[in-house]
Amino acid sequence: MFTITKKMNLSHDVHWMDVDAPYIARKAQPGQFVIVRIGVTGERIPLTIADSDRDAGTITLVFQEVGKSTMVMGGMKQGDNIDDVVGPLGVPSHIEKLGLVVCIGGGIGIAPVHPVARGYKEAGSKVISILGARTKDLLIMEKEMVKASTEVRVCTDDGSYGQKGFVTNVLEDLIKEGAPIDVIVAIGPVPMMEAVSKLTKPYGIKTVVSLNPIMVDGTGMCGACRVTVGGEVKFACVDGPDFDGHEVDFAELRLRQRMYLKEEREAIETLTYMSE
Amino acid sequence: MNDKNKTTPKKELVPRQPMPEQPAEERQKNFKEVPYGYSPETAMIEARRCIQCKKPRCVAGCPVGIDIPGFIKAIEDGDFPESIRILKESNALPAVCGRVCPQEDQCEILCVLSVKQEPVAIGRLERFAADWEREHGEVKLPKVAPPTGRKVAVVGAGPAGLTVAGDLIVKGHEVTIFEALHKPGGVLVYGIPEFRLPNEIVEFEISNLEKLGVKMVNNVVVGKTFTIKELMEEEGFDSVFLGVGAGLPWFMGIPGENLNGVYSANEYLTRSNLMGGFDFPRHDTPLKKGKRAAIIGGGNVAMDAARTAKRLGAESIVVYRRSRNEMPARIEEIHHAEEEGIEFHFLTAPVRILGNDEGSVVGMECLKMELGEPDDSGRRRPVPVKGSEYVLNVDVVIVSVGTGSNPLLTKSTPGLELNKWDYIVVDEKTGATSIPGVYAGGDIVRGAATVILAMGDGRMASGAMHRYLMGEPEEEPEES
Repeated sequence: MFTITKKMNLSHDVHWMDVDAPYIARKAQPGQFVIVRIGVTGERIPLTIADSDRDAGTITLVFQEVGKSTMVMGGMKQGDNIDDVVGPLGVPSHIEKLGLVVCIGGGIGIAPVHPVARGYKEAGSKVISILGARTKDLLIMEKEMVKASTEVRVCTDDGSYGQKGFVTNVLEDLIKEGAPIDVIVAIGPVPMMEAVSKLTKPYGIKTVVSLNPIMVDGTGMCGACRVTVGGEVKFACVDGPDFDGHEVDFAELRLRQRMYLKEEREAIETLTYMSE
Repeated sequence: MNDKNKTTPKKELVPRQPMPEQPAEERQKNFKEVPYGYSPETAMIEARRCIQCKKPRCVAGCPVGIDIPGFIKAIEDGDFPESIRILKESNALPAVCGRVCPQEDQCEILCVLSVKQEPVAIGRLERFAADWEREHGEVKLPKVAPPTGRKVAVVGAGPAGLTVAGDLIVKGHEVTIFEALHKPGGVLVYGIPEFRLPNEIVEFEISNLEKLGVKMVNNVVVGKTFTIKELMEEEGFDSVFLGVGAGLPWFMGIPGENLNGVYSANEYLTRSNLMGGFDFPRHDTPLKKGKRAAIIGGGNVAMDAARTAKRLGAESIVVYRRSRNEMPARIEEIHHAEEEGIEFHFLTAPVRILGNDEGSVVGMECLKMELGEPDDSGRRRPVPVKGSEYVLNVDVVIVSVGTGSNPLLTKSTPGLELNKWDYIVVDEKTGATSIPGVYAGGDIVRGAATVILAMGDGRMASGAMHRYLMGEPEEEPEES
């Protein structure tokens, strides 16, 4: 059993949750994830570790309600228990001292990019973070990102806050300003990561993306999370989740993400039954 | 007693007792266990067929060296508690082994009766004794030796690890099992389906270990949550057993393998067995049931996947590149699959998997093969027949062509010697790895093998670990 020590809403369907998991907290590094199973009939879902506190023995999960499991988790409160949390899984993000690092977080992707930005900054790199959201109310963790970065640029699709437009517009401006970017780390929805990678490829700027495909065990045993990178099949759970954005077959990833759309709707219907 | 000994002809006349089972028509629609097991009467009749050889060859064929004539004699005498006691002296999981061991290649093949008639049904009798004990309440737990003050970590709660835990706890050591998944049992719960090995049986065996004092800790991935070094230096474990299984599924590298609807057998079986995907949406884990499923491969895992697909309502087709004779699956499994209406396309190799615009499987192009010269494995090599391509209309493809070593633990353990396939190198007689105090067994040493071989490894390693923990020297190698 893993107890929820803190729970808050970051926007209407995005939640912040601290979970008591001392062994995971002790080991967690930026870029790693856990597999969570909420109860006996629950599925195993991967969630990125947004933060960890070794002293308190907690890890932070930030998630959006997208399927049945995350909806149920959204309704959980401080003091509630999650049956299973296992990790930290995956290869930690590569972090080193560089001249300029650009960290891009789109929507819910701001949560996992946060520890990466902080890591680079702590290593002595200059970090410019670009945060994107559909609208002002959906922008999360701006304060934390300001702390973790040297400079933050914000954009919203509707222009309700920051620059109007997408993260790629802000990034393109930055590139055109002639910023000497060493590496870009982009985490967010698949189309965003694809667009960023497409934009940076002609400039030859190294672009790292963090993939979150469907998983079951998270330890390399099932191969559900296979992605094609540079023409080779990789298991995101053990080979990733970070990959070279210029090499990822995003078209395939997009289709694979949709594998259970019908079943997800069906599962959500059972949730409505249960609450009635 | 004396009378019995005089009437020798009875041994010749009684045929091997069949085990009643669910009719194929019925069972292909449910996940209940296929064979029902022997009644006490049938078990005693079958036990009487054993001629109690003075030098039993069957025992030599058993990886854990069960006193086979001994436990069978006890069944013949109607002393079932005694028979299970004898079994448990050498086998921690008799209810499991009685079901999934390949007896036809191990003990039964060596039975002297098989020269003239069918061998004694050793596996069925083992299963009977274990089931009898479980169904008759009071299970006698072995005596636990006084505490030694030594701590053992077992990594992986599969057949090898459970055996080690059971052996070492009774010797008075403190034993903790770390399991990566949310439920212990390893391949017994994620891999082997309910209709072959009900989960309830595995749960029962594990609860017995817990009653003996074994501590079960789920959700710990050794190599990630803890390293082996941390277990030994910070968590105070004196010795560690690695029974993490193999488990990294192989794919074939043909076009279309990442289409939606293509599964590794590991994923398909894990979704169905461990996650309850067969019961979606009551369980949250979805599984593409499909209308027609192609299962690629000819091993036991392929049979499990094919029979699972059938039970989920799909037409189920096994595609195997060699012929029926070369199939590595147990004959009983092939036979059960055939009875259940699984179709077999022998001498057939998949060339590519075809998909639609949504990225879902709509078919699989196959090529006919013929058998050529024998290859390294001694089996005749399949050779493609030119121009024999055809498309199999399927919407699910399950790839069951084997597994490789999972590098997750071994990569994080400097100093652990691996072979060229990345399996752990161990001393053949003790299971000791290149790191002092660390032992290993099962698939992570052998590559994909069987439950009983993993248990045999566990048995061997537990003996050596006990000696290591007690500071006893390893036995000198016997003169040959």
